[in-house]
Amino acid sequence: MTPTPRKPRLAVWKFASCDGCQLSLLDCEDELLDIAAAIDIAYFPEAARGVIRGRYDLSLVEGSVTTAHDAERIRDIRARSRVLVTIGACATAGGIQALRNFADVRDYAAAVYPDPAHIDTLATSTPIADHVPVDFELRGCPVSKRQLVETIAAHLAGRRPVVPAHSVCIECKLRGLTCVMVARGTPCLGPVTQAGCGAICPAHDRGCYGCFGPMETPNAAALAERARELGLGQDELRRAFRSFNAAAPAFREESERHDDQNDQG
Amino acid sequence: MEPEDRVIVAIAGLNALIGALDRDGYRVLGPTVRDGVIACGDISGVDELPAGWSDEQDGGRYRLTRSGAETIFGFTSGAQAWKRFLHPPRQRLWRATRDGDRVRVHAEPAPDERFAFIGVRACDLHAIAIQDRVLTEGAYPDPFYTARRKELFIVAVNCARAGGTCFCTSMGTGPAATSGFDIALTELPGEGGSSFVAQAGSPRGAALLRDVADRPATAEECAAAEAIVARTAASMGRAMPDHDLRALLLDNPDHPRWDDVADRCLTCGNCTMVCPTCFCTTTEDSADLSGTESTRTQRWESCFTMDFSYIHGGSVRASSRARYRQWMTHKLATWIDQFGTSGCVGCGRCITWCPVGIDITEEVAAIAQG
Ligand code: SF4
Ligand code: SF4
Ligand code: SF4
Ligand code: SF4
Repeated sequence: MTPTPRKPRLAVWKFASCDGCQLSLLDCEDELLDIAAAIDIAYFPEAARGVIRGRYDLSLVEGSVTTAHDAERIRDIRARSRVLVTIGACATAGGIQALRNFADVRDYAAAVYPDPAHIDTLATSTPIADHVPVDFELRGCPVSKRQLVETIAAHLAGRRPVVPAHSVCIECKLRGLTCVMVARGTPCLGPVTQAGCGAICPAHDRGCYGCFGPMETPNAAALAERARELGLGQDELRRAFRSFNAAAPAFREESERHDDQNDQG
Repeated sequence: MEPEDRVIVAIAGLNALIGALDRDGYRVLGPTVRDGVIACGDISGVDELPAGWSDEQDGGRYRLTRSGAETIFGFTSGAQAWKRFLHPPRQRLWRATRDGDRVRVHAEPAPDERFAFIGVRACDLHAIAIQDRVLTEGAYPDPFYTARRKELFIVAVNCARAGGTCFCTSMGTGPAATSGFDIALTELPGEGGSSFVAQAGSPRGAALLRDVADRPATAEECAAAEAIVARTAASMGRAMPDHDLRALLLDNPDHPRWDDVADRCLTCGNCTMVCPTCFCTTTEDSADLSGTESTRTQRWESCFTMDFSYIHGGSVRASSRARYRQWMTHKLATWIDQFGTSGCVGCGRCITWCPVGIDITEEVAAIAQG
């Protein structure tokens, strides 16, 4: 009799984040039993207590690097992981906490904490890929359940996950939704944002907020120009590009174009 | 078609036609007002058609308006092309299941849905004929499209108005429906509501018309119908420049205008999604976590994505310039080499539904200027 092959070991790691992406995994109730049957969940602080040391076949990393300790820890995790996948806007772009990159973090600390001297933090919030090589990035704030399960399933089957990097518009049109930009004049970040959410916002008659970060070849300047024609002012344009994926280069550059000293309009 | 072949169908007759198609087992689809646009959906009677509605269209702009008249077909190109039904965004191709060491492949059965389309415009009739050439002819016909197409019943409508982005006249594809339909209607507005001058285009259409028509059309009614279509032809919102487009585009792969449009283009792919002739697809595989079942699905793809031209080592068309040029050159030039006609029917959807209003006729005009 051949021995049963060892089940692949999955680890989920948390850095600076809200836990929303890990919860997306817990939220996959129907699939979770299958996941647990197919893989050994080795470290998952949101779901199980036991911490297993050693090596991991697949590490899912949530959150951004905001402290010197985190910068060390991610190197250790990388060394222990065969495949490392970052999940969510924090891990892939620095998250909403990367707003500090546009300001002085000491001002934020002073505004939030009674005794900011005890706060030991880096001046920036940076994506995991700035620190270690990453095998695959799963976007979103939070990630989509469907894409998360797909990524795990693809990993188990040894194939490439179906996670296209094209625009939200393509998803929007596949669903047969009405374009809010064209039919209502509502500015929408869909054309510059990566698909994955299923075009949730246009389905509810709102413009896309860009939760999934820049698509493969974003032309943010051209979209911003159109949004300006539709009535967005300088502050609104800056804020539109400076949210969950503020530090993603294409969005950062565009929001900076609408900073006071740079705005042309 | 001779005037003596034309008959008058009242609104009640149109309703009876829809009912008859429904009884014959067709899924009847027609224009409906939905989510702020006119889009095709299931209908069960004339009441669901967009009476009194019209639209305003321009580059990157669509607004539903009240037409001020009670006409049923007083709007122009709908938000979606009929390809959504004949060549749907997603089509399962096959499934495979594993039982121990055995793998079984289950081919997707041919669809048995029979569609009846109500209100197909001349541009879209041409678009369907173009997709027929692409998807039913040649060495590898698409079995799903072919099955749906074979059963399709088409009620065409001659346009009583041209939209702001329409240019069928200059593409030679409209606004009059000349072939490719089972029944064609021209709406005549009237005091007590519209009536339709109708003509049959197939034996099936003729048989149904006999049941629902009131009486033969008079010479005056036929002339009025023709005048409506002639007025539409003369009021197109756009025009494609009168040029040998194939030669123009193939001779100008390095025209500076490609850089100019690349600055504006978002590479979002909306134009290809709404275009009634764009047929490209990719395949996606999915598998369950236990590895016992997998599925291959065909889904609409666009030449604006990087995956589209991905080969080992990277994408062939990495720049937006190359991708916009591919789209336009395929539509207007290389399509002719491949399939014998232009790939553009002048419906104007790519102009209206481009979020930044890039206009294919304007881009051609700029290149034609030298
Ligand atoms: S609503 Fe937004 S995502 Fe959808 S097609 Fe329009 S611009 Fe693109
Ligand atoms: S290229 Fe544009 S105008 Fe021509 S058929 Fe396609 S969507 Fe219509
Ligand atoms: S224009 Fe692009 S998407 Fe449309 S048929 Fe040609 S290659 Fe395909
Ligand atoms: S031409 Fe318009 S619709 Fe087409 S990809 Fe470019 S921006 Fe999108």
